[in-house]
Order: sequence, then structure tokens, then C-alpha cells
Amino acid sequence: MRPTRALGASFLAALALLVAACGGGGGDPLASQPQAPAATDTIRVGSANFTENRLLAEIYATALSIRGVKVERQFGIGSRETYFPGLRDGSIDLVPEYTGNLLQYLDGQATATAPADVYQQVVAKLPPSLKVLQASPAEDKDAVVVTRAFATQNNLTSLDQIGPLCGNIVFGGPPEFQTRPYGIPGIQKSYGCTFKEFRSLDAGGPLTVAALRDGSIQAADLFTTDPSIPNNDFVILQDPKSNFAAQQVVPLINASKLGNPAVADVLNLISQKMDTATLTDLNKRLDAPDKPDPAQVARDWLSSAGIG
Amino acid sequence: MLSSLIAWFGAPAQWSAAAGIPTRLLQHLGYTALSVLVGAVIAVPVGLYIGHTGRGRLLVVGLANGLRALPELGVLVLFVLLLGLGLTPVVLALMLLAIPPLLAGTYAGISGVDPAAVDAARGMGMTERQILFGVELPNALPLMVAGLRTATLQVVATATIAAFVSLGGLGRYIVDGQAQRDFTQMAGGAILVALLAIVLEVALQGVQRAVTPGTRARPASDPATPAVGKPDTVTAGG
Amino acid sequence: MRLFGADILPLAAEHIVLALVPVLLGLVISLPLGWWAWRSRGARRILLPLTGVLYTIPSLALFVVMPIVLGTRILDPVNVVVALTVYAVALLVRSVVDGLDEVPSEVLTAGVAMGYRPLGLLVGVQLPLAVPVLIAGVRVAAVSSFSLVAVGAIIGQGALGALFTQGFERFYTAQIVFGLVSILVLALVVDALLMLLGRLLAPWAAARAPKKQGV
Repeated sequence: MRPTRALGASFLAALALLVAACGGGGGDPLASQPQAPAATDTIRVGSANFTENRLLAEIYATALSIRGVKVERQFGIGSRETYFPGLRDGSIDLVPEYTGNLLQYLDGQATATAPADVYQQVVAKLPPSLKVLQASPAEDKDAVVVTRAFATQNNLTSLDQIGPLCGNIVFGGPPEFQTRPYGIPGIQKSYGCTFKEFRSLDAGGPLTVAALRDGSIQAADLFTTDPSIPNNDFVILQDPKSNFAAQQVVPLINASKLGNPAVADVLNLISQKMDTATLTDLNKRLDAPDKPDPAQVARDWLSSAGIG
Repeated sequence: MLSSLIAWFGAPAQWSAAAGIPTRLLQHLGYTALSVLVGAVIAVPVGLYIGHTGRGRLLVVGLANGLRALPELGVLVLFVLLLGLGLTPVVLALMLLAIPPLLAGTYAGISGVDPAAVDAARGMGMTERQILFGVELPNALPLMVAGLRTATLQVVATATIAAFVSLGGLGRYIVDGQAQRDFTQMAGGAILVALLAIVLEVALQGVQRAVTPGTRARPASDPATPAVGKPDTVTAGG
Repeated sequence: MRLFGADILPLAAEHIVLALVPVLLGLVISLPLGWWAWRSRGARRILLPLTGVLYTIPSLALFVVMPIVLGTRILDPVNVVVALTVYAVALLVRSVVDGLDEVPSEVLTAGVAMGYRPLGLLVGVQLPLAVPVLIAGVRVAAVSSFSLVAVGAIIGQGALGALFTQGFERFYTAQIVFGLVSILVLALVVDALLMLLGRLLAPWAAARAPKKQGV
């Protein structure tokens, strides 16, 4: 036992603890983190957890920073059920949205399906702290998708023919599809269809595509702009009763961030320049085997559209 | 919150439906058992060999640390992309979690056996095989079971990520609850996971007590208290 | 620096902070708790099983519930830090108890005879002697923490873990492998640094180790 050495060691240990305690106490070590309360002129751009939404968010963020607006990126937060509360509590300020699903989130009873009606309803139903800017002609809808073989075998082209088959169909989609109004409850109400089983997968991601391809599900919720639909020769079932409302891409932003007119200007310009074909094409580029950097894809599109 | 939880647990459909609590519980238990078993099939023989021969002890320390540092989520999504959907990628990912404590427990148990006893056995003309299985293994059992406890505890808590890649188990409630922002469902799932872990822990404690001769129990490995990370600590310190 | 579609340096810095701050906080909390559990048999009987149970709470559930428990915002990194602190405490209380158990009672008696008061004895004699076991525990907690941070990616908070969710969404295997390697390297570097710290704080333990290896 050497008391001096022991004392020295304990002094060092105590010092380390002191540093730790000071560091931890006030939450200060996190102040330099990107998520700390942002300066009023900084816009935090958030996104949902699927590729297209991340890309749209990257396009917004890149365009804003080209116009001299400070941005922070907070991508891949999850479903609307998760990121919308984040918009309300100030965790994020801006997110690329889709009008129809946003409306159904705001009002589960909403019945509007035409693009203009949906947009007006969204404007009316949003809390005052949040604003939607111009909606883009670009549309990306949820759709019920089956394999070509399944469609041929059952002579299936539209959801209104699906009723008698439902008892044998295992349906796959993101977990939130089970509870969203246009999801399982909507399909049940509009088309009298009760699926044999629902499997929780992901939001138009690799799980859903793989499960549909390998036959572990017979029908799936995918997005209409998803390149894996043509790539796998999947069939989108028609939706004559408009269970899935119009889904225009629209920036949803914290109203307090609109003080600088450049913000709304550039986001509106993006909405004007974007259309469904462009969006599908961008998704295809991201999906290519060389896996391009989404930031590069975003920059390329912005410059081709004359924005960046 | 509490009343909604009670309602969640009380709903008859939770207990009868095909995707109800009993099914999820059994699935969860199945993933756990399978992963720990596969992990043991790999870790125990390696641990026996290294403990008995003393060769490759650095491998144990390195492997234990390296495997523990592997992020489960990344390993799982990688395996799913490489192997496709299903049970295999999940069991492989969880197995990697079970190996370090099992390996460390086996190795520490075997190498910790009193060398005098081993020498005596050798002097009596026992073969190396007889020494390993007749002398070392019985004496190593308490630490091996301690490793099994840690492995099981970690796997049972982590098996929830199976739901992230579309499988079932109790993680379903947590992943779905998160996506649907349904806190009751999430809390219900977390409570079930913790309960299952406690039940397994108590059961394995019983096993450990049964294989530990009373006089050999040291205070530091008091069998009445859970040994979270205990065999890990043994190797990490080594 | 952009690699595999991500700004890798800020993500790595964020990962280190999110992983290590909880370990430091966990140590600060575990020292008094562990000391209490070491002194009182009753406390030990309650605290050790309790920390064992804490460890079984699934991390995703803990991350998501934190804003409700703490009243923080949904994407506040404090949520991840506090959740991971819970796991650090779960691992470290036991290490503190084991470390203090390692100190031979003759040493304590000698310390008291030399005039140490309880606090002085703890800081001057017991903790320094417990350092080897304590550091071993901290190493386990730190390495696990690096791995657990990545789970936060499911709620958009995982620092380098974002490479996993993003790579998964795009079938981008190389991105996932890159994420795995980055986290592994960071964790093992920190582990090695902690090992060195242990040698520095308790050189006698390293000197004693070779004798043990002869067994």
C-alpha cells in the first residue's frame, strides 16, 4: 500500500469526476450539438424515414442554404405520427409533406379527395403555428400493389374487385398503415375488404418490396413514384372510390420561420418546378446501383431547374 | 397512462388473437432460445479449448470486446440485405450478442479451476479429455451458467429489434407503437420484455445455484444477485 | 467530408458525445449507489436486482418514452443521453460494488488505524484500489454505449446509426458496412484509451497481471 500513489490516483479520479459532473449538470456539453435550440434565423429541415422524403428534404435544405438561409438537417425521424409532434414542439421547422395524408392526419374524418379541396382543407385544419406553402403538381400516393402474376391469376386491376379475395390476402405495409384512416380501416370501409392478416413492414422500403416479391405477402402499400414498382413489374390497383386522396408534395413549415421572404420564395419555386415524372425519375436515380449521394442528386436537380 | 395500460393488458383480444400476447411472447422466447443456443454451440467449445490449453486467450478478450462494440441494428439490417427476410438474419445477429458472455464465462470458468486439482488428475493418469470433462467442466459450471445468464439477458432485451425487420416477438408492440405513436402499446411491450427477462433471470439463477457447491461461492459472485456484465468484466479486466 | 452519402465527421463527433456523456454521468451516479450497496446488505439486495431489470428495458422504447418522462422536445439529444445513462448505471453500480469488494478488509482496518475518516478512506484508499475493476466496468459500459446510440437512428437520433437506416432504405450495403466499421473503430479506440487510463491510475494492477496469467 503506497498512500501517496493512491492519493495521486484518487485525485486524478476525482478530477475526472469533477469534469464529468460539470459537463453533465447543466446539459451544456450538448449546447454545441445541432439539436440545441436554434437561432431564430436557422431552419431545421426534417424528413420522414423513406428515401424520397429524405431527398425532398435535402432539396429544400440545399436550396435554402444557396439563398443564404442557415439550415440544419434532421432526416429520417420516422412516420408522420412521430415527426409532426416534432414540428409542433419546435424540434424541426420544415418538412416535405403530402397533402392527402397530412389532411387525414389532421382530421381522420376528412372526405376531400380532389387536389384543390384537399389543399384547402389542410390550410383550414392546420394549427396556427404551422403553414403549408404552394403545393406542387408532383404527386406521390400510397397505392395498393400486387405482383403481375397475382393480378393475372385473379383478373385483378382495381380495388373494387378485391373484396372476395381479401380473406386469402396477407397485406404488408408500414406499421402506421394499420391505424391510419386511409390505411386498413379505409380499405375496409371503401371496398368491404378485411385482409386475412396485416404484416408490419416499412414505408415503401426494402422489407415491403422483398416480402411482396417472395410471396410472404400478396398485396402491399407502396408509393406510386417508387421505381421498384416498374422494376419488379408490380401492378398498381385502381382506386375508383378515392380511398387515397390527392397527395401533392407541399412544404410544411413553422410560421415563425417565414419572416425572411426568400424562404417561401425558394420553396414555392421548387414546388412549381417539380412534377410527378421528375420525382419518379429522381427516385430512380437514387435507386441506381451506383447509389449516388442524395446531396449531389439534389444539387444536380436544383441547377437543372435553374434554382441553384 | 396506467388505466390505458390496464385496458391494453385486459382486452380479451390481446390474449386470444393470432397476433396476441401469448403468440408474441412465444415468438420472442423462441428467437432468444435459438440465438443463445446457436451462440453456445460456437462459444462453449471454443471457450473450453482456450480455457484448457491456455492458447488464444487474447482472442477471447479481443473477440469479446469487438463483438460487444458491434452495433446490433447495423448488423441486423446488413444481414437482412444480404440474406433476405426471415429468421436467419435475426438469429445470426442476436447470436453475435450471445457469444461474448458465453465465451468469457466458459473460458474464465475453465482457466480458473485450481491448477493443483488439474495436476493431481494428470498425476492419476487421466487423459486430457477426462481432465476437461471430469475435473474442469464441473468446476467451471457456475461461471458458465453466469455467462449464460448474461447472454440470455442481453439477447432477450435486444430481440425486440427482430420486429424492425418484419418479424414478430414482443418488439412488434414497440416498433408498431413507435410508428403509430401509441405509447400504451409501447409501454405494454416494454413491460412484457422486462417481465420475460426477470423470469428467465430467476430461472437461470436457480440453475446457477444448483450447479454451485455452497462452499465455493465467493461474495463477489453472490448467486442471489444478478450478474449483469459479470463474466464480461472478468475478461475485460484480464 | 462526405462519404457514402453522409457528412461523416459531424456524425462521428455527435456519436462520441452521445455515447460517452452517458457513461460519465452513469459513473457519477453509480459511485454513491454502488458504495451504498457495498455497505448495506439491504441496499445490495434491492439495488443489484433493480439495475439488472433496468438493463432489460428495450432501448427503442426508452428513447421514445423519454420526452414524456422528462418533458423534453421529441428530437432533443437529452432523450438519448438520459436513456443511455440508465444503461450505464445498470452496468456500473455492479462494477462499483465488485470493485469495493476487492479491497481486502486488512487494508481497510489499516486505513482506519492510520486515521482515515470514512470519506477519506473511500477516496484515499478504497476507490484507488477499486480502479482496475471499475475501469473494466467502464470499458464495458462505454463500448455498449457506442453500439446503443445507433438504435436512436430509428427515431432520427442515431448519429452514425443513420447510415444503417438510410442504407437499409436504399439497399445500400456498402453504406451499412461503412457505418459498422466506423462505430467499431470509435468504440475500440475509446476502449483502448480507457485501458491506458486504467494502467495510469492503477499501475500495480498491470504489474500483478502477468502473475495471474501464469495460472
